[in-house]
Amino acid sequence: MSNYTQQMVDALRAAFADKLDAVTVAYNEVNVDVAAENLIEVATGLRDDEAFRFEQLVDLSGVDYSQYGRVEWQTEDASRAGFSRGVEESATTGRLQFGDELESLVTQGRRFASVAHLISYSLNRRLRLRVFAADDDFPVVPSLTGVWASADWYEREAFDLFGILFSDHPDLRRILTDYGFVGHPFRKDFPLVGNVEMRYDPERGRVVYEPVTIEPRVLVPRVRREDHRYLADEADEAQD
Amino acid sequence: MPEIKNYTLNFGPQHPAAHGVLRLVLEMDGEVIERADPHIGLLHRGTEKLAETKPYNQTIGYMDRLDYVSMMCNEHGYVLAIEKLLGVEIPERARYIRVMFDEITRILNHLMWLGTHALDVGAMTMFLYAFREREDLLDIYEAVSGARMHANYYRPGGVARDLPEAMPQYLESRWRSKKEADRLNQNRQGSLLDFAEDFVRRFPGYVDEYETLLTDNRIWKQRTVDIGVVSPERAYQLGFTGPMLRGSGVEWDLRKKQPYEVYERMDFDIPVGTNGDCYDRYLVRIEEMRQSNRIIKQCIDWLRGNPGLVLTDNHKIAAPRREEIKADMEGLIHHFKLFTEGYTLPPGEVYTAIEHPKGEFGVYLISDGANKPYRVKVRAPGFAHLSSLNEMAQGHMLADVVAIIGTQDIVFGEIDR
Repeated sequence: MSNYTQQMVDALRAAFADKLDAVTVAYNEVNVDVAAENLIEVATGLRDDEAFRFEQLVDLSGVDYSQYGRVEWQTEDASRAGFSRGVEESATTGRLQFGDELESLVTQGRRFASVAHLISYSLNRRLRLRVFAADDDFPVVPSLTGVWASADWYEREAFDLFGILFSDHPDLRRILTDYGFVGHPFRKDFPLVGNVEMRYDPERGRVVYEPVTIEPRVLVPRVRREDHRYLADEADEAQD
Repeated sequence: MPEIKNYTLNFGPQHPAAHGVLRLVLEMDGEVIERADPHIGLLHRGTEKLAETKPYNQTIGYMDRLDYVSMMCNEHGYVLAIEKLLGVEIPERARYIRVMFDEITRILNHLMWLGTHALDVGAMTMFLYAFREREDLLDIYEAVSGARMHANYYRPGGVARDLPEAMPQYLESRWRSKKEADRLNQNRQGSLLDFAEDFVRRFPGYVDEYETLLTDNRIWKQRTVDIGVVSPERAYQLGFTGPMLRGSGVEWDLRKKQPYEVYERMDFDIPVGTNGDCYDRYLVRIEEMRQSNRIIKQCIDWLRGNPGLVLTDNHKIAAPRREEIKADMEGLIHHFKLFTEGYTLPPGEVYTAIEHPKGEFGVYLISDGANKPYRVKVRAPGFAHLSSLNEMAQGHMLADVVAIIGTQDIVFGEIDR
C-alpha cells in the first residue's frame, strides 16, 4: 500500500468514522462502501472537505452482483468426463432464453450497487464510492445529482440498464434503450440474445415485435482456475 | 400581431451536423434555444454486456468500435485494466509503440474533429485537408495491424506484433497510372518508422495551413468565439475532461498528472484555454496536434535504437510465436489453452483511465476470477460532454447548437456503447 492511499484511508476514517461501512484498498485504489442513508452526507463531505476536494464525479455505473462467481464449467471433474459433460447445465446469462429465471448467488441487499468514481483535480486523487441498494426487488439509492451535476446521465443509464432507482433524481428516464423497451438489459438475468426481435410486417404494414428466435449459445464457457498458475505471485506483488 | 409561442424542433437522428445518430428535441423561442434534450442510444450495441460473455482478448476488437475515430486509445484503456489486475510487466519497446500509436490516434481524432467541425460551421476546405493527412496515418495503422480503422493491435502484455520493416506499396492499376503510383510510393520506400518520420516532418506545415484557413478567419471567429462558454467550476460539475476541461482553463492532463506507459519521459506541453468557449477549445486541440507530433518524433527516435520484444514472453497471457508452437510442446499447449479458454484474472475491481483524445477514457473492470470479465464499464468522455449540451446551448441560436456539437467532439460509438 503506497503512502498516499494510506493517508487517504486514515483521513476518510477520521472524517466520517462510523458513516462508512468499509474502506478497502486494492491495486492502489481506495474503495469506500457506504450505506444508502449516509450517501449524500459522505458525498457532500468528500466534495467540500479540504482534505478530499473531489470536484468531479468521473463515472457512475450500476453493477449486478447476483451471479458473482458462477461458472459454466467445473474444471475439477472435466478431465474424467470430457469437455461437454463438464459443462454446467444450469442457465447463465449467455444461455438464458425468454422467460428463464436465474437464482441470485448473493444475499439480499448485496445484489445491486451503484459505483461512483470521483476525482480530485486539486489534490490529484481518485476514489471509488460504492453504495448497495437494500432491496433486490425494488433497488433504490439516493441520487448524487445534487452533489455532482454529471451524475445526471450516469444515473439515468444505471436506471435504464439495471433498474436501479435513484431517489430525488430530477429526470429519471431511460437513456440508451429503445423507446418503449421492456426490462433492464444489463441485469444478469436478462438474456444476452434479448427477449424480442423486430421486423417489418408487410401484411400489417408496420414494424412488429416478436419473441426472439435466435438460439442462445456459449462458445467459450465461463471457467475459474483455482490452481494459481496465472501469475499468482506477481498479482500478489501488484496488490501490495 | 399574431401571438408568438415556443415551439419544439426535432433535430436528427439523421442530420449531417449531428455527428452520427443524435436526436435532439429542441424547445425554441423564436430562434433561441430554451431547452435541448438529447435522445441517445440509437447506436447502443451492448458492448459491455457482450464483453461479459467473451474471454478477455476477444473484447479488444469491440473496443475499437467504441470511439471509432480513435481506435487504439480505446484498446489501450481496456488492456491497461487487464494488465493492472494481472500485474504483468510489459516490454519497454511495447510501451513506446503504444505511446506512439496513442499520439497518432490523437492526431487522427483531432483531424476528424477539425474537418467535421469546420464543415458544419461552413468551411468545406478543412474537411478535404484533414482527410488528406488522415490517409497517411491510416496507412500507418494498416501497415502495423492490417486494418485501416479497427486495428485490434494492443494486447494485454504488449502489442500484437512489431513495427514492419517495409511499408505497403501502391500498385499500378486501371485507375492509377505508373507515374501516380510512383509518386505515392516515394516516401514509402523505407520502414514504417521512416514513413512516420517523414509524416512528422511534414505535419507542422499542414497544421500551419489549417491555422491560416481558420485561426484568424472572421467567419470562423464569429461562429465560435463566445459560443458555449463554460467556467472551470461548471466544467468540473458537468464531468468535463480532456480538451473540453483544458479549454475552460484547467491545467489537467492525465499524461502529465497520472502518467502511464512512458509519458513521464516525454517532452511535451499542455495547452490550456482561458475563456472556455468554442474558439479556445479549437486552439487547444490544434496545439495538441503539434504536441502529439513532438511525442511521435521522440518515440520514433527511441524505437530506432532499441529493438526488442513487443509482447511479453509470459505465454500464460500472450500467445507464443508460430515457430515456438511448431517446435515446442509447451508452446502448443499454451496456444491451445489461450485460444480455447483464454486466461483468468484474479478477482478484484480496478479502474484505469487514459488521456483519450476526447477526454478521460476509463475502464472499470470487475473480475470474479473467471476467464471472462464479470462487468466492464466503459467511461466514455463524450457521454459526459453531451449531457452538458442543454446547459451549453441554452440562450444560443439554433445554428450555434451545431457549433457546440462540433466543439464537443461527439462520436456516438462511445456514447451509446
